[in-house]
Amino acid sequence: MTEPLLRTEGLTRHFGIGGLVSRQTLHAVDDVSFTIGHGEIVALVGESGSGKSTIARLVARVYRPTRGEIYFEGRPVSRLRTRRQRLAYSGDVPMVFQDPYSSINPAYRVSHGIARGIKLHRRELSRAERRREVERVLEAVGLVPGRDIARKFPYELSGGQRQRIGFAQALAFRPKLIIADEPVSMLDVSIRIGILNLMSELREREGVSFLYITHDVASARYISDRVLVMYGAHLVEEGPSEEVLQRPKHPYTQLLLSAVPDPRAELGISDTSDVGEPPKVVDPSEGCRFRARCPYRIATCDTVTPLLRELSAARRVACHVATADDSANDFARLESTHRRAEV
Amino acid sequence: MSEREPLLVVRDLSVAYGSDRGTVVAVDHVDFELARGEFLAIVGESGCGKSTLLFALTRLLGPPFSGEIIGGEVLFKGRDMVTLGERQMRSIRWRDMSVVMQSAMNALNPVLTIAAQMRDVCEAHSDMSADEIRRRSEEVLRLVSIDPVHLRSYPHQLSGGMRQRAMIAMALLFTPDLVVMDEPTSALDVVAQRSLIVQIKELQAKLGFAVIFVTHDMSLVSHFSDRLMVMYAGQIAEVGGTRRIFDKPLHPYTSGLLEAFPSIRGPNTRLTGIPGSPPNLARPPAGCRFSPRCPHVTDVCRAHEPQLVDVDGDEVRCVLYNGRAA
Repeated sequence: MTEPLLRTEGLTRHFGIGGLVSRQTLHAVDDVSFTIGHGEIVALVGESGSGKSTIARLVARVYRPTRGEIYFEGRPVSRLRTRRQRLAYSGDVPMVFQDPYSSINPAYRVSHGIARGIKLHRRELSRAERRREVERVLEAVGLVPGRDIARKFPYELSGGQRQRIGFAQALAFRPKLIIADEPVSMLDVSIRIGILNLMSELREREGVSFLYITHDVASARYISDRVLVMYGAHLVEEGPSEEVLQRPKHPYTQLLLSAVPDPRAELGISDTSDVGEPPKVVDPSEGCRFRARCPYRIATCDTVTPLLRELSAARRVACHVATADDSANDFARLESTHRRAEV
Repeated sequence: MSEREPLLVVRDLSVAYGSDRGTVVAVDHVDFELARGEFLAIVGESGCGKSTLLFALTRLLGPPFSGEIIGGEVLFKGRDMVTLGERQMRSIRWRDMSVVMQSAMNALNPVLTIAAQMRDVCEAHSDMSADEIRRRSEEVLRLVSIDPVHLRSYPHQLSGGMRQRAMIAMALLFTPDLVVMDEPTSALDVVAQRSLIVQIKELQAKLGFAVIFVTHDMSLVSHFSDRLMVMYAGQIAEVGGTRRIFDKPLHPYTSGLLEAFPSIRGPNTRLTGIPGSPPNLARPPAGCRFSPRCPHVTDVCRAHEPQLVDVDGDEVRCVLYNGRAA
């Protein structure tokens, strides 16, 4: 079997919270294993607090895992010892942040941030080459002409243009995997698509893989090859995007999808009559973390934490009840059982 | 006043902000009416004037929103809100019209319990006894399906969805005729968003208040609002029945916005969004404000600012429909 670009094994991150007396453990990420292939766009979706951003930070080496390991090109990331190795890794796996207004230094011209990254990660380039490279990456992200944009200050650019700068900065490292943490959620609706298209283009042209973190499942479907669904620090479902999002197997994925507003759908309220309370991730007990909200709950769910298991080729789900058979539990049925009269 | 008279009539309302590079007209001659019990959604991108319009309607334009109403009137139950004094406004706020702000975390006081904050409102706007206040507070919390034990909770002890529902409960303390909501769901994830908006709809059916719901996400209101008002660069681009707008948008901006949402259930086709970005209102483009981004632009659009025209009872600001004006 060929080694994927990135692979995590039992990735876990806990945070200690509370004082000395009432010490508690917050489980931000629990035992998460996934892979990202070469040139693949993998979407990580889930509600706020489900652990998506913690995974991003673990992969970016902002946090160290409590347990588990990340393998990049087959090599364990925790074994990166020297400064040079760590620098190489952060050049291979850069991050693009959510807020384009606060992630670019307002005091410097656009060229500054990009050139600085090149200086750090690609020391072999001369000054003139560096300038050409700044222009190249700016044009690669659709900021044309690069020469003019490079001279601008961030305040002269719109939100969408700033987010493109974020991608240009990442691209300047010659990355293999870009971690994009909610890169479009702060942008206006009319320009979001432009950024999503940019990510697809960069994958095509530059061969970069993406870990695309989002709460917007429709955008995940739009650009990603595979989708990972997080709930309460667990990875609960995984598979090819189109399959997972059209035929979700985990009850949480089904709930999530039924809540997505779709103006193209028929008028009618598929109210999921859900209390919508977040799962308990501080000192959680055994058992499925979704059980309190789950319409399919059985006795086992209270006592045994479901493990991710293979349902069919490439599809994994962490649920005691889910079956590979589409007719047994599918999204349409869940929706109809919850559908109420039009309000 | 009669039942058929509109609850709110906004005529020719303009709001400007002073800046060192001249005045910025953020709301430009906006006209609309709101019937009793109606659900009107105002959608648009950041900087389109939707929040300024909301602050103008509720007379909340004081600092830090140092805007000024430079023309027009806002008739709420027959009274012009623009000319009312602070004291008269106080008798309307919370009682007849209440506001639910975007971020409940910032709108609620973090060091007071929910009960204390509800008591504040009741004491400032009524002469209810302590006992009545407690009973009413419990009642409104139950309305939004929060257990009244949470009256003793502080905002940080509630989840995001519960905080937002507590805000709505407060807004309903006096059963107002109009509840104005500024992106009440934008801090929530989709599941909580959906259940909150369903709840707003149910409360509205039960209590009969009208809602003005400001949002940047038009798909969110697609199944909930009666009418939809699309704003662009301080002006109304299109206003009409929600379903009609989603099925058959008239303004090129509205079609562009609808095209900008990836579908979750339909075919997964490549989308283009709208090229360019919204204009700077300090220097709005000549002619039609959408012309620099519009796929149907003509010389007429660049030369003349289009007026709102009537199309089968709805209104749209685009020369494409000038021939069809009644």
